[in-house]
Amino acid sequence: MATVQDRKYVGQSVEKVDALERVTGRAQYGADLYMSGMLHAKALRSPYAHARIKNIDTSKAEQVEGVKAVITHKDLPVPSDTATSFGGELMIALKDLQRLTMAHDKALFDGHTVAVVAATSPDVAEQAASLIQVEYEPLPPVGDVVSAMDDSAALLHEDLFTKTLGDPPTKASNVATYLEDGRGDMEQAWKDSDVVVEDTYDTLMVHQGYLEPQACVARVDGDGTVNIWTSNQGTYNVQRQLSALLDLPQDKMIVTPMEIGGGFGGKIYTILEPLAILLSKKSGGAPVKMVMDRNEVFRGTGPGSPAHLTVKVGAKNDGTITGCYVRMVYDAGAFPGSPIAGATVVSFGPYKCENMRLEAYDVVTNKPRVQAYRAPGGTPVGFAVETVMDMVAEKVGMDPLQFRKHNAVVEGDLMTNNRPLNSIGLTEMLDEIEKHPCWTSTLEGPNRGRGLAIGFWLGATLTSSSVIMVHADGTVTVTTGQVDLTGIRTTMKQMTAEELQIPIEDVNVRVVDTNSAPYTDLSAGSRSTWTQSIAIQRAAESAISQMKAHAAEQLKVEPEDVEYADRRFWVREDPEQAMGWFDVARNSVRRGNGPVCGEGSVTRVQSAPTFGANVADVEVDPGTGKVKLLRYTCFQDVGCAINPVQVEGQIQGGAVQGIGWSLYEYYHYDEKGVMRNPSLLDYRMPTALDLPMIDTVLIEKPASEGPYGARGVGEVPIVPPPGAIANAIYQATGVRMNKLPMTPENVFWALKDNGNGK
Amino acid sequence: MEQTIRKAPLQCRVNGQQVEMLVKPWQTLLEVLRDELRLTGTKEGCSNGNCGACTVIIDGQAVDSCLTLGLEADGHEVTTIEGLANGAELHPVQQAFMENGALQCGFCTPGFIMSTKAFLDKHPKPTETELRTGIAGNLCRCTGYDKIIKAIMSITEK
Repeated sequence: MATVQDRKYVGQSVEKVDALERVTGRAQYGADLYMSGMLHAKALRSPYAHARIKNIDTSKAEQVEGVKAVITHKDLPVPSDTATSFGGELMIALKDLQRLTMAHDKALFDGHTVAVVAATSPDVAEQAASLIQVEYEPLPPVGDVVSAMDDSAALLHEDLFTKTLGDPPTKASNVATYLEDGRGDMEQAWKDSDVVVEDTYDTLMVHQGYLEPQACVARVDGDGTVNIWTSNQGTYNVQRQLSALLDLPQDKMIVTPMEIGGGFGGKIYTILEPLAILLSKKSGGAPVKMVMDRNEVFRGTGPGSPAHLTVKVGAKNDGTITGCYVRMVYDAGAFPGSPIAGATVVSFGPYKCENMRLEAYDVVTNKPRVQAYRAPGGTPVGFAVETVMDMVAEKVGMDPLQFRKHNAVVEGDLMTNNRPLNSIGLTEMLDEIEKHPCWTSTLEGPNRGRGLAIGFWLGATLTSSSVIMVHADGTVTVTTGQVDLTGIRTTMKQMTAEELQIPIEDVNVRVVDTNSAPYTDLSAGSRSTWTQSIAIQRAAESAISQMKAHAAEQLKVEPEDVEYADRRFWVREDPEQAMGWFDVARNSVRRGNGPVCGEGSVTRVQSAPTFGANVADVEVDPGTGKVKLLRYTCFQDVGCAINPVQVEGQIQGGAVQGIGWSLYEYYHYDEKGVMRNPSLLDYRMPTALDLPMIDTVLIEKPASEGPYGARGVGEVPIVPPPGAIANAIYQATGVRMNKLPMTPENVFWALKDNGNGK
Repeated sequence: MEQTIRKAPLQCRVNGQQVEMLVKPWQTLLEVLRDELRLTGTKEGCSNGNCGACTVIIDGQAVDSCLTLGLEADGHEVTTIEGLANGAELHPVQQAFMENGALQCGFCTPGFIMSTKAFLDKHPKPTETELRTGIAGNLCRCTGYDKIIKAIMSITEK
């Protein structure tokens, strides 16, 4: 293996291989497919947040000219094994996925699909859908987790009993799961503390905000083979979900990935796919296209989970943390499965502490069922913990950075789940901040403040695989089922060229359908590039050993006597006896074991934990409460930046999503549980005008495993922003913020309530 | 109802080609481009004029094609992302986006490039604030705009 200095391609900002297709408009996304005889599908959605469905009459819709099929929940097969749960980043049970796909006896959120029409044009489908008569009996909506947990709250599911390690409950409730974890002695911890800070925080539902609305095309062939073209983060999870939902064998369920216009965790569960398939089946096998509009994206997909949190931290006067407590209530939306596991790991992840107690509730409400959103669960708890840590630092009279340095975890320290950390670069990252002008410079001017926050993300591992084929002319194709969400084709090309020691131009990476490459888990959890680095290394080792066997046959020696480097095979004892890569490749197709095809898979590896930090300079307008970002710097330990420009882009994009979450974005629900702002005008995502440049500082402390020590980079950038901004607002105004988003209105009232701050 | 309203003739130039066709009077220019002409490079992100993914240029002016009726293009010159390059030679804005890592998922990219082109044609030497204002109508969720700004500045500083 090449040393860091010798690496030719890994570590270079190679231009994205698909960039040309994207700047010329040729890249094909989910909605860009057109097929002969294609039908268009449109859904009818519940206008109620919570209602019993007493009757659905589709007869008028069926009579509209051009309508080819109408479906309701009655068309969904009853799953054979309802106990199955699907991972991804958040678990969902099959029976819940089925009821989420289309409302059965109850509509459980504003936007819940009730019926779907396929017709010869989108206009006809929409018009016909509006003619479907649904008889609803409205029920009281459950709007937020706090009221959901009240004894008097309406129940979303009469059969939902809290899963807990304690005594099983005898009464159904809206609490799906209660988890607790911890270590040490909390009572003693509080006794040993010189200062204790406790506060409560609330965040609201937010959307991932991918620019491409969900879209797919389904076609059922004569032999029952189902073809689905979709923009989703993982084709195999789509295949598994559809197979289970529709009772189809996987060999007949072909999922082809289209280019995906952003996912951020929000394109993991099937939403449109089962509907399009059922409509194709019902209409006799016509291709059916289903594309959401933005209103449907807000109301009918899986947004990011809001939370209600209480954090309590104690410390000694020298700044040593003595005890950490958090109570987290996460909102799952209509079906269980909020990101409490991720939140638990993030919470006190960066801090060394012997006494910890974590309590987490997964609660259902009448909102869309959440999906993952970049470091799922991490941002709300990161906001709460980083604000409290800032308060503790102030109380013990320590600079916020020194306080974090004093308490930072190092390799071998325990995570919140009581497992030891492997190689991490938190200390190195904090040292970088200490030297950086974003921290050392003075911030002048009234109403200005600087805030720091750090964040943690453990990342997923799961299964990845790739196949390297060496063509007869020596060029190489890599096939994989790994969806290219964030540039995986480019990084895989770099890594393959590196491992095979061939020119990068000779490598082509193809992301293929589920039935043309071995199983690979989804592109999520900050896992794709770093797990593929191991899969590619293994596939390359296999390909090279096959090439060596071919060379050995030609050179009339044993394969173990053959050495390889830089496209040259030679006999160890007699280096003059040699063959080039191209000659071996040419011969390989007709000799010995035949064509060279190296498979590489990785199933269980250690995690590669990531830490990030943000330093934000803000100016707060005391008259309006508007927060302006003056300067923004992101630090992150990335292990090894395989493609630095792409890594920076991930960090900048994640930070800006976190900034949007901090300052602007939220689902505005009225008292009936109806979303009032389902448009990109009223749901306010950051524009170029709202932001300063986002500076990035990459720290490269190699991870414990993998050929280059790379870590996942995509998710942790969204954890620190709200804490950094809230702490900066405090420095500017003397007022602590307890709610997201910190809109002008919320900041204005917080200033008023606190006598206009300092 | 669809059956009772007649289609209307539309004559315009799209990417330098004369187009003559019948369109439904309520069809947006975006629908005409995508569904009728199969120019799918122009993207639909919000159907509401909020995201800019559908930006095309009509007679030198950047417009949201989702807020423009197809018939409003009658007699006009429409340029989409597919018509921006000169054969294999990319427009400088396309080139700059590629070279500076100014795109990730790429869904906002065609609209962004069209907005940028129209803006730079009128303001070839913008300040950073003018530039940020000029492209504020285009949303990007992947990049945080940083590399987009740098890409565009790399052209204007030449």
